[in-house]
Amino acid sequence: MSRYSIFSLMRNAVSGHRHWKPAWRDASPRAHYDAIIIGGGGHGLATAYYLAKNHGITNVALIEKGWIGGGNVGRNTTIVRANYLLDGNEPFYEWSLKLWEGLEQDLNYNAMVSQRGVMNLFHSDAQRDAAARRGNAMRLHGSDAELLDRDGVRKLAPFLNFDSARFPIDGALLQPRGGSARHDAVAWGYARAASDRGVDIIQNCEVKGFLRDTSGAVVGVDTTRGQIRAGKVGMAVAGNSSRVAAMADIELPIESHVLQAFVSEALKPVIPGVITFGAAHFYMSQSDKGGLVFGGDVDGYNSYAQRGNLPIVEDTCESAMALLPMVGRARLLRSWGGIMDMSMDGSPIIDHAPVDGLYINAGWCYGGFKATPASGWCFAHLLATDRSHDVASAYRLDRFATGKIIDEKGQGPQPNLH
Amino acid sequence: MRIPCPYCGSRDSSEFSYRSDAAPVRPAADAPVSAFHDYVYLRKNPAGLIREHWYHASGCRQWLVVERDTVTHIIEGASLAQGVAR
Repeated sequence: MSRYSIFSLMRNAVSGHRHWKPAWRDASPRAHYDAIIIGGGGHGLATAYYLAKNHGITNVALIEKGWIGGGNVGRNTTIVRANYLLDGNEPFYEWSLKLWEGLEQDLNYNAMVSQRGVMNLFHSDAQRDAAARRGNAMRLHGSDAELLDRDGVRKLAPFLNFDSARFPIDGALLQPRGGSARHDAVAWGYARAASDRGVDIIQNCEVKGFLRDTSGAVVGVDTTRGQIRAGKVGMAVAGNSSRVAAMADIELPIESHVLQAFVSEALKPVIPGVITFGAAHFYMSQSDKGGLVFGGDVDGYNSYAQRGNLPIVEDTCESAMALLPMVGRARLLRSWGGIMDMSMDGSPIIDHAPVDGLYINAGWCYGGFKATPASGWCFAHLLATDRSHDVASAYRLDRFATGKIIDEKGQGPQPNLH
Repeated sequence: MRIPCPYCGSRDSSEFSYRSDAAPVRPAADAPVSAFHDYVYLRKNPAGLIREHWYHASGCRQWLVVERDTVTHIIEGASLAQGVAR
């Protein structure tokens, strides 16, 4: 692989950009690998990369039913943060944020990681107490958090609705190290770096079933491009986890829901970081191209259709107008939907499957993008060593039976409310 | 999506609350804990036809069982949950 640098850019510029090589090899499946990763999204690609880099396991096939970057890794709203309350979550997301901070140097790829801050607004005394508590928990885990009062928020975001709001802004919990990244570049960067270390990236290869030995253990996968055998098979197919797990006769504590996202026409820089509304489920940031990127709640019903319905469009845009009246004249450019693995407690699963030879990475709800580096890091650790990584040790599949659920919102087993 | 409520006729889905898959059946009180675990937490989560509970909160306040396709969002029909009670 040729390294990207200012010199390679200049060299290719003077030769008219005709000599760039494809960023990764488009491989065809071989009969046997040490490990197969199902799912060429961010988490699968990161897993393959860290298997090769951290554990020296390079005889790996990554199989993807569509194309790299075509699933949820290209459908999210690109936010990066580590602002969780609970012990099972915060160390994991803080580790992920640390990996984001060094990601571009590590991958030699510009993922446009931009730490412009994530600001969670609050609108009541009770919300202030909850924000202060969460901020303290974050700092105790070595992350960063600042409690802002109303004037502190006004200094950073003077355009918010301070004067005639139904839910007046009392302040915010700010995580300055949070921000956003370019999601496509994250997928491409991991694909390039994994391919460079020997991983076979196999696109248009859909899993049709699992190959089992006489004991029932998974020993490979049957795909649309033939049978592939492997010592270990990991699935990172959030959105479709239940469908893939069903092929191994496993039922998961997950429902698939559609989450919509929106982007406006490109505007001059107006929004400094990520801003979240405390009185409804709504958040907005601005991409480097200038589009306002925003979203809200899941539609609320089980869905595998990558599109939602109009009531949520209306609800999300009403929240935008309540919080940022200035965006009212911006035109909506696009909206789209992605399928979320909504788990029963709102937290993910990185664990052995109840079937030998199979490993599960699932249940990311709508928080999967920020978790990409740590999810790959910890899933690779599990695949290579058969032990959970320390920061992901709470993400067990059996936690619903043992009672050790990680319910950040305290919502109970209602997947559409997490 | 519009849901054909047996009382109210065809109504917008935003009038309804969603309570997911209608298939899980509450175990008997003396069933083992594992049966309750499966009832509360595990879901088939099908891609395709599903029978699910919707509550017509802004209408007749009846629980319905709606048959819907999770891939196309096409609603095949709805009946009162009472009528299909087990």
